[in-house]
Amino acid sequence: MAGPGTPELARAAEAGGADLVEIGFPFSDPLADGPVIRRAAERALEQGMRTAECLECLRDVRAAVSVPLVPMTYASLLEAYGWERFADDAHDAGAASLIVADLPVDVRPELRRVQLVAPTSTDERIDLAARLTDGWLYLVTVAGTTGARSELSPALAPLVERTRAVTDVPLYAGFGISTPEQAAAAADLADGVVVGSAALVAAEHGPSSLQEFVAQLRAALV
Amino acid sequence: MSTTYGDYGGRYVPETLIPALDELERGWSEAQDDPAFAEELTRLGSQYVGRPSPLYETKRFAPPGRRVVLKREDLNHTGAHKINNAVGQILLASRLGKRRIVAETGAGQHGVATATVCARFGLECVVYMGSEDMRRQHPNVERMRLLGAEVRGVEFGTRTLKEATSEAIRDWIANVDTTYYLIGSCVGPAPYPSIVRELQAVIGREARAQMLDAYGRLPEVVVACVGGGSNAIGLFAGFVEDTEVRLVGVEAAGAASLGSGRPAVLHGARSSVLADSDGQILDAHSISAGLDYPGVGPEHAALRDSGRAEYVTATDEEALAAFHRLAETEGILPALEPAHALARALDLDAELILVGLSGRGDKDLAEVLGR
Repeated sequence: MAGPGTPELARAAEAGGADLVEIGFPFSDPLADGPVIRRAAERALEQGMRTAECLECLRDVRAAVSVPLVPMTYASLLEAYGWERFADDAHDAGAASLIVADLPVDVRPELRRVQLVAPTSTDERIDLAARLTDGWLYLVTVAGTTGARSELSPALAPLVERTRAVTDVPLYAGFGISTPEQAAAAADLADGVVVGSAALVAAEHGPSSLQEFVAQLRAALV
Repeated sequence: MSTTYGDYGGRYVPETLIPALDELERGWSEAQDDPAFAEELTRLGSQYVGRPSPLYETKRFAPPGRRVVLKREDLNHTGAHKINNAVGQILLASRLGKRRIVAETGAGQHGVATATVCARFGLECVVYMGSEDMRRQHPNVERMRLLGAEVRGVEFGTRTLKEATSEAIRDWIANVDTTYYLIGSCVGPAPYPSIVRELQAVIGREARAQMLDAYGRLPEVVVACVGGGSNAIGLFAGFVEDTEVRLVGVEAAGAASLGSGRPAVLHGARSSVLADSDGQILDAHSISAGLDYPGVGPEHAALRDSGRAEYVTATDEEALAAFHRLAETEGILPALEPAHALARALDLDAELILVGLSGRGDKDLAEVLGR
């Protein structure tokens, strides 16, 4: 989540072995998020992290690390800022792409972004998302919001299979992946894993804690 | 089916929900083409809800020279217009084979209506309600529990309808295979706004026919309160084609999504929303839990922009005064929500005024007596 400590945390994530860093631009009513990310967004908003501040934060992170950076946010921010202007300014500030959690593939398809597919997605929608996505596809492993689960979702394997059938783009699995064991199991199926809530919890204990957590994930994937 | 209203409406939801919305749209379309669905809805309307609701012309409430006529949705089973929508959507949920129902509630009237139809149809019912609303509408919490529903308090953010709606949608995302989301107003992602409008349009259809029957003419003005806007859109539906009839929506002054809002995305739709210049949703404030919501149905935003309907506000104090006035002059305790419409009806310059009395005020006694 974007905030004053984000550049240092991104450096820690990179040092721990992250290949890509997502930066949350907080929204007041994040429908796709469970309690950990929702609370982080509430705190960020209390600290004054509005769109301009988030873009400035992104610029600072860009200067601090070399891995690709992807802002993750909600449609209302883009509606207010201007859809194309948001994408342009995010790229100018160093974003490799965007993730908009409440913007399904057939809404504003012209906005280049990382598309999400879910276990409930039809084959037609997976195909459309694969054709329109920007670089990689985000596979939502569970029907649900972000946050830790006790086990890796059994829905991931069939989702990977259906997606592989229509595309060669890299598939990164996220939602509900919080432990090195789950990450390893997900990475056996997909090309990469996205860890959000658990990384935020680790980051609450400081950069070294985050670095250690990311290093454990990294080690599990080798 | 209309999925957008001008630039408003649409489906701004996580991908997980899109197939469920497609299924809902297909199911609704098939239901509308099925005479058995309409028959069942009409039968339940007359036998269970108590339709048609009467028109009643006030005797002492109206100022001199004015005639104020009330469409008495407060006399429906469960005491508000919300039951019209709940009955229709529970039939739809049954057609779709869903056995678990989730809903949000603000004033508790939609939660009670949903718990009621779940009891009638033998379905599991979970209602999300902000903890602040649970406090100020406590009788409705007890009613829902007596009806067999589980009421889940929402303890974050404003602790009102906005957060309750977000949590109901999150529950739906997590249980989408088994669960039907029974939304309470003409808000949310398509096709919900049009489903709720069609189910509430019975108010306007009846009222138009009853006006012609009783007065031989249409009212000059139709007035209804607007939170999410379902009772207003249902009442307006009967008169929107009658361009000589003024349509007036009354928002709470501290929750004027149409009067003070800007385009933003909330709860799955683009509409006029109380939001800051960064698109962050602002808190609404109203004595009436049912109007205490920063968003509004997308069709209202389009009606405002086109000029077909006008939207004004009433303050907490004005609503309270109208509440007391209707009680003392007519022997009717209105809910605080339609008390806003009653307040503005008093100063309209028109001879024949129709007001949607969307619910009764029993639930509000503690709030009113506490003032």
